[in-house]
Amino acid sequence: MYDGGKIIVGLIIGLGLFLSPFFYNAGKAAKAPAPELTPKAKEAKVCVEPASYMRESHFTLLDEWRHTVVRDGERYYKGSEGKRYYKSLQRTCLECHSNYSKFCLECHNYLDVDPYCWDCHIQPEEKK
Amino acid sequence: MGLDRREFLKIAGMAALFGLGGKAAIDIFAPGELEASMEGIPVSKGKRWAMVIDIRKCLAQQAKDKDGCKQCIIACHRAHNVPDWGDPKIEIKWIWQDSFEHSFPDQHNPYIEEELRHQPVILMCNHCVNPPCVRVCPTQATFKREEDGIVCMDMHRCIGCRFCMAACPYGSRSFNWGNPRKAPKELNPDYPTNRDYPERCKGVVEKCDFCVERIARGELPACVEACDKIKAHALTFGDLADPNSNVRKLLKEHYTIRRKPELGTEPNLFYIV
Repeated sequence: MYDGGKIIVGLIIGLGLFLSPFFYNAGKAAKAPAPELTPKAKEAKVCVEPASYMRESHFTLLDEWRHTVVRDGERYYKGSEGKRYYKSLQRTCLECHSNYSKFCLECHNYLDVDPYCWDCHIQPEEKK
Repeated sequence: MGLDRREFLKIAGMAALFGLGGKAAIDIFAPGELEASMEGIPVSKGKRWAMVIDIRKCLAQQAKDKDGCKQCIIACHRAHNVPDWGDPKIEIKWIWQDSFEHSFPDQHNPYIEEELRHQPVILMCNHCVNPPCVRVCPTQATFKREEDGIVCMDMHRCIGCRFCMAACPYGSRSFNWGNPRKAPKELNPDYPTNRDYPERCKGVVEKCDFCVERIARGELPACVEACDKIKAHALTFGDLADPNSNVRKLLKEHYTIRRKPELGTEPNLFYIV
């Protein structure tokens, strides 16, 4: 092998660069997201569906709401607890969850998801 | 092993049988449950919403106000956060005015009566029975509601191809060239705080939707309400399918015209001249 030394050194440096993010972050666990509930949400205790379902599948629910309201004109949702809700992101969801940066963004940033809700819908104004 | 034709038809037939029996099957095994999940307040009770616009009453009101009456337009633009860019090229039109000659080009008459000559006519989406915009939409973002005939927009689905704008013979559709949030605020003090009707992002087409969100609550469209408020009563909204409705009564009593009826789109907006 010609220039074997240089090639091997180059490979090692390259591999090192490639793996550097792993070494850099080694031992440091990323902070787990801790979405904060507003006092109003805490007081209500239950969301539209049980919290575990909402945590895992709120986007499925929102997608279904969006579809049924816009296309089928069904504007009310019956939760599994039997309570009726007006299907509206802005009027129903944000009524309690008005802390966008501490609630929505907390997990969305952690998981690197970027929903485009706020391209059109009005983001809640937060009191600083 | 391949299916022969006979086999395929058998399976297809059975599948169709089961498919048709799906709802009945659920009713047998879990009575009442399907109804519960399908429950929701119906959008509206109308079968075919329509509007009758009395041009005479409208023009009388126009003559009363110094700058011409624009109450319906103001109310609509406020309710839907319609931006005013001040540039007709990128204008967003939900409800607007044009001269009688431009609105009804098929009513060509060089000796038209003075009361109508160059007079402004209120225009909006005709919510056609055969909407050409719906036919050309590649994503079904614009669709005709089966229940009440309103031609709706699903802005989540619109890809901004503007086929519908080319297809619409009435110019009822406009493209959002910019973010409505950046629109001038002066004309629209509610903007952008109206939580009833969310704004749209740029790159989607929008149009009059007969105020579906208001009809769902049992209210009249914003333009009709505004017109009634100033006691002009030039706009009448009602159900065309009901023979005793307010619109049918007006149509029975007056001679009405529609925009470009020869195209076969069957507009649901009627004008009393």
